[in-house]
Amino acid sequence: MSDSSVSDPFHGWTPDALGDAGEVLPVVTAPDPVLSRPGPEVDPSDPKVVRLAADLLATMRVSPGCVGLAAPQVGVSAQVFVVNVSGHPKAATVHGAFALCNAKVVEASRWRPGREGCMSVPDLTGDVKRAARVVVEAALPGTGEPVRLATDAFEARALQHEIDHCAGLLFLDRVAGAHAIHQRKTYL
Amino acid sequence: MIGHDRPGIVASVSEALAGLGANLTDSTMTRLRGHFTWTLVCNGPGAAEVEAALDPLAAGGRLLATVREVRAGGEAAWAGEPYLMSVHGADRLGIVAAVTRVLAEASGNITDLTTRLTGPLYVLVAEVDLPPGTADAVAKRLAEVAAGLDVEVTFRPTETDVL
Repeated sequence: MSDSSVSDPFHGWTPDALGDAGEVLPVVTAPDPVLSRPGPEVDPSDPKVVRLAADLLATMRVSPGCVGLAAPQVGVSAQVFVVNVSGHPKAATVHGAFALCNAKVVEASRWRPGREGCMSVPDLTGDVKRAARVVVEAALPGTGEPVRLATDAFEARALQHEIDHCAGLLFLDRVAGAHAIHQRKTYL
Repeated sequence: MIGHDRPGIVASVSEALAGLGANLTDSTMTRLRGHFTWTLVCNGPGAAEVEAALDPLAAGGRLLATVREVRAGGEAAWAGEPYLMSVHGADRLGIVAAVTRVLAEASGNITDLTTRLTGPLYVLVAEVDLPPGTADAVAKRLAEVAAGLDVEVTFRPTETDVL
């Protein structure tokens, strides 16, 4: 459900460009130490990185309710993640399914609280303040082509959540207060 | 109030208090591993009278009410700096004791705290008022203690946006 009004920051890139259907990997959960370790930057053209991006996409695709998945969540400490918020009721701008390497938030504004969950913290959700508008700079796996992605609302939240994973941070590190963690009742 | 959770406890207790003319002021209620817990302050008659009024709600020991008199004016003014501490990691004995001792040694006062154990994951989030100028030293000491416990800690100022 790509929004046709949004310019294509990926210059025609789609997951098919990886040339690899990927393999579904097991998702690790806290307190696994890999989730708290900052991941190193990667060489986006490294075949292992391309394979990792494909595996993350495959794993996200088969995980119900999953809108994003980062390398540490499959046990790999690296700055690679995938996002797909297509069809999510809280999404506004939607760029479909994509994978990014070495992503950084370069602009952030309109901070809003929101409740989020995580496949790696399956039993809890947390209230976390995130920017509702962000600009992210990153590189595409495979070509290494630079990407400058502007987005908002739920896609912006998903990007910040995944970039945090790559930096070794969980939503638990960002909750808004002592009463901001909750036993999980519904999935994102 | 502590007991087995079921629908209607808050309504029944509030009605009993209102019937006594006891005015419910501050309270906090949650469920802890399925147990109903409610701590509340009310202005009204003496503790014995309140306890007697709540006794019929005990439901054969499934709900326990403990009533104590507290002096008014417990709202101490505090000029501290508010911080938020988040700790998570593999459950082990003594995490809460070790990290809160660091806060106590700096004369930090915990104002709100939640802990959760889900599977092997232990999570603690605490809001603490620190004496001005002590935060950097507390953050450093917390990082050392957390490393020793093999848990993650983040420590940052509480956001107090007024809208």
